[in-house]
Amino acid sequence: MGKYILKRIAMGLTTIFIVITLTFFLMNLIPGGPFMAEKAISAQAQAAMNEKYGLDKPLPVQYKNYLVNLTKGDLGVSVKQRGRDINGIITSKFPVSARLGGASILMALIVGIPLGSIAAINRGKLADNIIIVIATFGIAVPSFVLCTLLMYIFGVKLNLFPTYGLGSLKHYVLPVFALAFYPTAYIARLMRSSMLDVLGQDYIRTAKAKGLSTFVLLFKHALRNAILPVVTYLGPLLAYTLTGSFVVEKIFTIPGLGSEFIGSISGRDYPLIMGTTIFLATLIVTMNVLVDIAYKLIDPRIKLQ
Amino acid sequence: MSDQENYMLKINNLRTSFFTPVGEVKALNNVTFAMKEGDVLGIVGESGSGKSVTSYSLLGLLAYPGKIVGGTIRFNGHEIEKKTEAEMRKIRGDEVSIIFQDPMTSLNPVYTVGNQIVEVIRLHTDKDAAAAQARAKELLELVGINEAEKRLKQYPHELSGGMRQRVMIAIALACEPKLLIADEPTTALDVTIQAQILELMIELKNKLGMSIIMITHDLGIVSNMCEKIAVMYAGKILEYGTVDEIFYTPRHEYTKGLLRSIPNLMDREHKKLVPIEGTPVDMLKPPKGCPFAPRCESCMRICLEHMPEVVHFSDTHYSACWLNQKDEWTKESVEA
Ligand SMILES: Nc1ncnc2c1ncn2[C@@H]1O[C@H](COP(=O)(O)OP(=O)(O)OP(=O)(O)O)[C@@H](O)[C@H]1O
Ligand code: SF4
Ligand SMILES: [Mg+2]
Repeated sequence: MGKYILKRIAMGLTTIFIVITLTFFLMNLIPGGPFMAEKAISAQAQAAMNEKYGLDKPLPVQYKNYLVNLTKGDLGVSVKQRGRDINGIITSKFPVSARLGGASILMALIVGIPLGSIAAINRGKLADNIIIVIATFGIAVPSFVLCTLLMYIFGVKLNLFPTYGLGSLKHYVLPVFALAFYPTAYIARLMRSSMLDVLGQDYIRTAKAKGLSTFVLLFKHALRNAILPVVTYLGPLLAYTLTGSFVVEKIFTIPGLGSEFIGSISGRDYPLIMGTTIFLATLIVTMNVLVDIAYKLIDPRIKLQ
Repeated sequence: MSDQENYMLKINNLRTSFFTPVGEVKALNNVTFAMKEGDVLGIVGESGSGKSVTSYSLLGLLAYPGKIVGGTIRFNGHEIEKKTEAEMRKIRGDEVSIIFQDPMTSLNPVYTVGNQIVEVIRLHTDKDAAAAQARAKELLELVGINEAEKRLKQYPHELSGGMRQRVMIAIALACEPKLLIADEPTTALDVTIQAQILELMIELKNKLGMSIIMITHDLGIVSNMCEKIAVMYAGKILEYGTVDEIFYTPRHEYTKGLLRSIPNLMDREHKKLVPIEGTPVDMLKPPKGCPFAPRCESCMRICLEHMPEVVHFSDTHYSACWLNQKDEWTKESVEA
């Protein structure tokens, strides 16, 4: 187990290193630069700025400098936000995104798992059909459509929930719903099919033949087996939630990391692009290791190598 | 058939159907048999004849489209067919237990062996965790698993097939059931392990004094283990008798067919049922006459038209074949 984790950390670091390298060179391939749009700046001033942020050096040198700083945990300084350091931007903006994304992931799991299980237990009955329809809808509708729809109906027409910012608990309702709807639907479907599969297994019949109650049958014997595909989905779920939050934060004007990330790309804020990318990649890589460990804890047959 | 009270299990005209989208699959058509305490009954019959459905009906384990549609099941003073699910739960695993065909898939892969044995003990007895644990260890020793303490902590995938089937037996015996149903308990195991498991079951039966229903394809097993045999076909018991009656004076053409497929009657070692020619009955539309008629070499016109009546040859031996009545009829006319 310990050896496995070390190995996974090494693999994770390699992945992150590849992400860093690709991002670094690819972003420099995008035409334009951080100071292009600002017409007011003279060519001389631009050159001065480039020099100040080290952008005048050849790319390989910039790359080397970046890596050296990175090993010290220094993500550099934003070139657009007048010297704010990237570490500061991430630590101030990420908690906002984390609350939004965390709430969404939680909702997707808390709602999706029971929905899928209920559908499976009531296979072919009304409850099952209703859940299938909702889930299919949730998977088919793109999140930006859902966002605008939710904003229009509950924000504008009914005036029930605020449509921008994250000031109060009420502010969370629409964005969390918008962000969680797809994964909830996806998890419900995943859970339904895996629960159906498990309920047909011989060991469930054995459990029933022991005289166990339906409650124990479902929660002890079925759930722990049926939940494995959902655990596997946690990695992709995190990635979905992170990218999804870019859209949702934009639409609901939430000052999270997603907005920063999008802003950094359109503004060619190279250090900010790098910083946020590395941060998000690390998050996803960590999640995948955690998922593997969780998998092992749930299913003793899994050998981690 | 004198003393009705003596029977611990009495199944009368049991009918079970599966209500599928294509129609009612009549899996059991008037299954009738009885067992006394301590009996070992073998149920033989080809695949799909309704052996498992009989035991699932008895335990209330029928899967969704399946339902008991008629008949009575009296077991140990219970009117099984009238029980609610909650009442059945008290009986399952306690008074009747079952061992399933496939030990590889019958244990939950994510819980330890100990957990799965202790669970059933705690459910049906008032033993506390420690006492249940001790009992589980005792059970593993009883079914011939060594290093019981260590095995209790292991997961099913860490045990061999034979070992897992022993665990299944331990689970089934945990609450000292009155009746143990073994639904092809050794089919998935290799021959040596098979013999060990069967020997174990007989030994435990003698030690604990329970009754056993042994479901199998294997006539060798039946002749070695059982006192009575029920021959099933198309959801019916076509012939019932003691082992000697069935093996030496079979009174049904289907039984005779099964026995003919064994080259030497005296060599009762593991003879699998060799399929008799012809296709099994379509359970969606059971024939009005003898279900075996389309495959029977002695089939007469009456066989296609009318269901043969059950004829008793002794207290223990009966069968349903028109040839029996022809015999009776001929005998009577000769004597007259
Ligand atoms: N879920 C089901 N849906 C529809 N029909 C079923 C179902 N389960 C069983 N049956 C019917 O019941 C009949 C008897 O099945 P059963 O499982 O009792 O056979 P069996 O004698 O145990 O055979 P095997 O030796 O293969 O285990 C089958 O022919 C099948 O038509
Ligand atoms: S009743 Fe007729 S068809 Fe059926 S087994 Fe007897 S002889 Fe054959
Ligand atoms: Mg069967």
